[in-house]
Amino acid sequence: MGGEKTKRVIFVTVGTTCFDALVKAVDSETLQKELLAKGYTHLLIQMGRGSYLPTKSEGDCNLVVDYFTFSSSIADHIKSASLIISHAGSIFETLKLGKPLIVVVNEDLMDNHQSELGEKLANRKHLYCASPQTLHQTIVDMDLNALVPYSPGDATPVAKHINRFLGFPDD
Amino acid sequence: MENGNGCCFSSVSSIATLSSVAVVVILILIRVLHVIYCSGRPLSKRASKPVSTLIILGSGGHTAEMLNLLAVLQKDRFNPRYYIAAATDNMSLQKAMMLENSLASESRIKVADTAQFMKIYRSREVGQSYITSVWTTLIATVHALWLMIKIRPEVILCNGPGTCIPLCVIAFIFKVLGIRWSSIFYVESIARVRRLSLSGLLLYKLWMADQLFVQWPQLQQQYPRATYVGRLM
Repeated sequence: MGGEKTKRVIFVTVGTTCFDALVKAVDSETLQKELLAKGYTHLLIQMGRGSYLPTKSEGDCNLVVDYFTFSSSIADHIKSASLIISHAGSIFETLKLGKPLIVVVNEDLMDNHQSELGEKLANRKHLYCASPQTLHQTIVDMDLNALVPYSPGDATPVAKHINRFLGFPDD
Repeated sequence: MENGNGCCFSSVSSIATLSSVAVVVILILIRVLHVIYCSGRPLSKRASKPVSTLIILGSGGHTAEMLNLLAVLQKDRFNPRYYIAAATDNMSLQKAMMLENSLASESRIKVADTAQFMKIYRSREVGQSYITSVWTTLIATVHALWLMIKIRPEVILCNGPGTCIPLCVIAFIFKVLGIRWSSIFYVESIARVRRLSLSGLLLYKLWMADQLFVQWPQLQQQYPRATYVGRLM
């Protein structure tokens, strides 16, 4: 009795962008209750250039919530988290570290080409894809065990093509 | 009588001028078509020495993809390497420098001998008004011309943002004028699954890239002259 709960962190990141809609969405009591119910203990928000400040929180009955603006490398935060909720820019960094990921698409960005990639990878079950509005439902419905690990790509085919085109011998 | 002679002379000279202009235009067109035809084919000679390479960096994901590609290219073949990034992009050149520094320390050569790093003015910042953009695009083009005259690369590697367009257009003009033959390789970003980016589309439609690589198969179906190479990331 009274033992420590295992720390399970959700790391939210927007990189160097401004993505207030996502920060607002995770700053919701109902969403945080849902995360708590799923066994998460901490919520760490990297808010980048955004202007919306989330509410910090502590205590046994709530999710522990904290935030910061930038970090020199978010890789360490990703490694120590159990679930990542991120903008589209951190997709491959997260997938390469083998962490479960919910990609949230920023609809305010002109030319929303990043959504094509999020949708494609979600189709292949490498991650979940949501908008700030559908994030809550995605969290309710998600089954992280159903995610398929992502095998990293390979740049050697391009290199081969370029070499052959220029007349360099094949290795 | 004099008037009649005057009229005859001016109409003859204007026909002569028009004909010369027409001939020049036709010659340029033939030359352009010939350049496009040759660009699409692999170089006929086997490469015997290193090729000077211009690497155009874009922000964020673009740089990560480019660094992935550079990691598997034989550095002794693509040498010297010139890196260009947009003036407002601080991270990309730093990342390229880190790559070059680690290469140099491995092989004990000076970075300055094999790599140079430059910034270029952007044609247009995100959200900039279109009116001021005309002026900034002109400045960016002049700056690009200056850089290209200095570098005159044999190979150009680019993968996305608008920074590459003025440079590639100038490279194409250099080809047409016989100043320098650059093989232009464009790798469309992995984020482009169903449609090409604006830069990719321009280079494709204008037949300006020697090879345009795409990372998803449906793009190759839509753009048959593109080459599908699978995912880089």
